[in-house]
Amino acid sequence: MTVGRGRTLLLLALLVALASLPLWAPRFWIYIGTQALIFAIFAMSLDLLLGYAGLASFGHAAFYGVGAYACGLLALRHVDALIPLLLIGALASAAVAVPIGALSLRATGIYFLMLTLAFAQILWGLAVNWTSLTRGTDGLIGVPRPALPGAGALGFTLNERGPFFILCLAVAVLVFLLLEALTRSPFGRTLEGIRENERRMRALGFPTFRYRLAVFVVGGAIAGLAGSLAAMSNGFATPDLLYWTVSGLVLVAVVVGGSRSLVGPVLGAFLVLIAQLGLSTFVDRWELVLGALFIAFVLFLPRGLVGLVRRA
Amino acid sequence: MDLSIRGLTVRFGAVAALSGVDLEVPAGGRRALIGPNGAGKTTLFDVIAGEQRPAAGTVALGGRDATALPPWQRARLGLGRTFQRSTLFAQLTVAENLALAVRARCRAGWRFWPVRDRELEREVADRLETAHLSGAARRRAGSLGHGEQRRLEIELALAAGPTALLLDEPMAGLSGAERTSAVERLRALPREVTLVIVEHDLDAVFALAERISVLDHGVKIADGTPAEVRADPRVQEVYLGTA
Repeated sequence: MTVGRGRTLLLLALLVALASLPLWAPRFWIYIGTQALIFAIFAMSLDLLLGYAGLASFGHAAFYGVGAYACGLLALRHVDALIPLLLIGALASAAVAVPIGALSLRATGIYFLMLTLAFAQILWGLAVNWTSLTRGTDGLIGVPRPALPGAGALGFTLNERGPFFILCLAVAVLVFLLLEALTRSPFGRTLEGIRENERRMRALGFPTFRYRLAVFVVGGAIAGLAGSLAAMSNGFATPDLLYWTVSGLVLVAVVVGGSRSLVGPVLGAFLVLIAQLGLSTFVDRWELVLGALFIAFVLFLPRGLVGLVRRA
Repeated sequence: MDLSIRGLTVRFGAVAALSGVDLEVPAGGRRALIGPNGAGKTTLFDVIAGEQRPAAGTVALGGRDATALPPWQRARLGLGRTFQRSTLFAQLTVAENLALAVRARCRAGWRFWPVRDRELEREVADRLETAHLSGAARRRAGSLGHGEQRRLEIELALAAGPTALLLDEPMAGLSGAERTSAVERLRALPREVTLVIVEHDLDAVFALAERISVLDHGVKIADGTPAEVRADPRVQEVYLGTA
């Protein structure tokens, strides 16, 4: 059996296990699973930038938060159609990613990282202070979940945990498949070339800046999609979503899970959320433990959990 | 494609790396650029390729003023280059290295869906064979030996389909047999491709070049046929005499 087929079978088994979760798992775990799936989508979008394009963004929460606010604002204006509510988050974040990318991508490495962090913090400041739009630190509260056409006839709504979990799973699978295709496409290969040797790519005739901006916007849009789901899931959008610690947490998920693999960030997202949950009940300073875990992975397992599986 | 460089001056702080250099290479020309270390040869390549901005002077490619164009636009006009130190995609396979260059030529980078491209695969296979790298197709470029990396370095530039090619010390670090085969590869290029080669190996220079330009301390001190350059007393003094 080839490695590729083994991987596909493993993923399908995981998918079946997850899809059946609402049938057997306690309600609390369905809730945690929902949060983890949303976080996994967010983490995959960062992996597209970090792993494939080699762009270490430390401000990815900006797009997650903007997506959540955009979805929340639209839902509070009595729009209850699912697809527009999902897309508005992606579109709003893509729109914000264009100027942020155009400015940040003029720098590379640590300077790019600091610029993305700075822009994300500016947006956080806007979310806190632009009270007429964002309602300040209170945030948007009471964001209703969308209606699902035809679901009423079948006897369920997205207000129930099970169906909403399945929605998140469906979006996560869709994002996974789209990113899998994108990273294997000529566009994805071009990004890898730019990551490996941007100077040579320019000498070959690739307008590398445009490619990096394009992937930055796609990554932002997917993070915005995750933000939309987060707003629906939580029923609110607050400035916390844009704060730098969120950018840090998703970076930890990608690195711990293993970048450049798509499966890695998903595993990392689940691990980080479960660790957060488990640790915060026992230790006040759970971030400290997570930080130690992060350092350990960077030092001893730079390919993350996925690298551990591959080595075995 | 012809190259026309006029009055090129580059300064690094107070040091003039190039001062008032002219270089005319007609389409299909075979030109060597020689001179001692630090003469400004690589700097001249960097300016022609668009990686270094000159303080003064112009660069025209195929009759078009390219002085303000970024490197990728010059590449699209037909300019290719190889680097003194192999500049490959170390983590990608040898075949994928070449595929990137072929896609650069076909402008195929903006395709967002994976589709099997048999034409591209065939061309990559042919180029691997030409470069004697078929056996290494699936290896990472970074794991190749020095000689293999130099062959890939040249093939990568050729796969992008240049009509003018700047070669920066293609023979560096190669053994005698490897040099012979590298010279053969370059001599086999179609006549339409203009070649400018920076090289310390004078056997290779005389085997390839129809005309030779000599740089010393950022100034062009001679320009002529191999026989004329050999006979030039200034060249003998600064370059050949010390060799």
